[in-house]
Amino acid sequence: MTSFVSLVLAEHDNHTIRPATLNTVAAAAEIGGEIHVLVAGNDARDAAHAGAAIAGVSRVLWADAVHLGDGLAENVAAQLLALAHDYSHILAPATAYGKNIAPRVAAELDVAQISDIIAVASADTFERPIYAGNAIATVQSFDTVKVITVRSTGFEPAAASGGHAEIQIVPAVADAGVSQLVSREATKLERPELTAANIIVSGGRGLGSGDNYMQVLAPLADTLGAALGASRAAVDAGYVPNDYQVGQTGKIVAPQLYFAVGISGAIQHLAGMKDSKIIVAINKDEEAPIFSVADYGIVGDLFTVVPQLVHELGLGDNHGTA
Amino acid sequence: MKILVAIKRVIDSNIPVRVKSDGSGVDTANVKMSINPFDEIAVEEAVRLKEAGVATEVVVISAGSVASQETLRGALAIGADRAILVETDEVLQPLAVAKLLKALVDREQPQLVMLGKQAIDDDCNQTGQMLAALTRFSQATFASKVVVADGTATVTREVDGGLETLSIKLPAVITTDLRLNEPRYVTLPNIMKAKKKPLETIRPADLGVDVTPRLKTLKCVAPTVRGAGIKLPDVKALIDKLKTEAKVL
Repeated sequence: MTSFVSLVLAEHDNHTIRPATLNTVAAAAEIGGEIHVLVAGNDARDAAHAGAAIAGVSRVLWADAVHLGDGLAENVAAQLLALAHDYSHILAPATAYGKNIAPRVAAELDVAQISDIIAVASADTFERPIYAGNAIATVQSFDTVKVITVRSTGFEPAAASGGHAEIQIVPAVADAGVSQLVSREATKLERPELTAANIIVSGGRGLGSGDNYMQVLAPLADTLGAALGASRAAVDAGYVPNDYQVGQTGKIVAPQLYFAVGISGAIQHLAGMKDSKIIVAINKDEEAPIFSVADYGIVGDLFTVVPQLVHELGLGDNHGTA
Repeated sequence: MKILVAIKRVIDSNIPVRVKSDGSGVDTANVKMSINPFDEIAVEEAVRLKEAGVATEVVVISAGSVASQETLRGALAIGADRAILVETDEVLQPLAVAKLLKALVDREQPQLVMLGKQAIDDDCNQTGQMLAALTRFSQATFASKVVVADGTATVTREVDGGLETLSIKLPAVITTDLRLNEPRYVTLPNIMKAKKKPLETIRPADLGVDVTPRLKTLKCVAPTVRGAGIKLPDVKALIDKLKTEAKVL
């Protein structure tokens, strides 16, 4: 059997390693063989050491330069490419960071990229969702190097500590000089971000207006510490801005608990939330398609049911946790 | 300044996707097809840049079967000036499309290439980045705001947990995200006008590109179906279930 060596691109902020890196290492572990991690950054000593502590990693390649500090695609991809020839597999997290960089490496190596894998069938065969998860494809790569992005939810994260990888300093590539970071703006988080939330409260056309949306759903979201989402119908009707949209053309979410309030359950919407662990539907139309995917449903007027829910949940808090 | 916009014909996002019973793929026969929604946003943005006097010409490109002519006509109706179809019945994977676009970039010499961040069929999210690498153009993906002036593009990108703004030198490849704009409704007069706009058809071989797929799809299955759950009489029963059965509260 050929021995595999995987190179995992670490997503980091020069100090800490972002969690999706750990899931990516776990995918590399399923492929088998040795696992190296690339930390390309600026003043990224802490991140390199954090990478070395990940369980299962045998070596950290640390490239440090000012122009690697902002995660610019041109520069990080060039760094990855400079090291690629030693590896059978190159993996990146399927995050905004990894998706921005990995396809460039695949194109330069003249190989296909296998995007967003959720399972490893063998060292050259992988499962990936297509059509927003409405189908799962098993694909085989015949390329000499497999360039892969890894969907976090498909793999339990590797342990962030316990590893003792050696850290090897590698020369930084030159600055491509075609792009620069102007600014970064973290979302003002009154509530959790949709794609990271454990609980999501989502509203649809049944709310009737933007005012109703906020008056009815905000108290529930606040009580649960939940993110707020919406169906495309609610967005199209102008109740809430685009970035609330959950669905095939909006955000794809998979929280522990998803409340669909006044949402009929169009295909478009279901594609974006059907991987939620538990789905609760509240709708006055008992024939609404949303009930066909909901674990728990209440047929009733949302303007009555949701305030009751807020009230009862509030009582629970006052009496302490069960 | 010339802008190229690459668009893909995909199953309409409102149509339920059915996996073929032999597991070979998704059934596309007699299914409503539309422009990939993210690509439609790219066309809209390019046309707005032209309307604002920043761009002088918008060229739309698609690669695929002859049916993609219809998709290109739709983009011309939004306001693109001319269209190029790279016609093939081969299944096109992102690397092949990126190579076709690279060849057309060499021919057309645009300052900007725009395309959707991903297609909603294969969900690959690769073509724009691959094209940027092959052309050595600068790259900005997941754009929610684009300002072009003085040989640079200032692009606000949707990244995990917030926004990031890059300044990139032209020529550049920009991939578009949902919040960039809301595409206009095309009017009948513009649909009529679009029929008269030039549409050129070429073959991959004319561009010297081998489009043979690199990945083999071994099978394609429907995801595990979620069964319908239970209906509950009131919120107390719901909270009880969420706490004791589902254990999510």
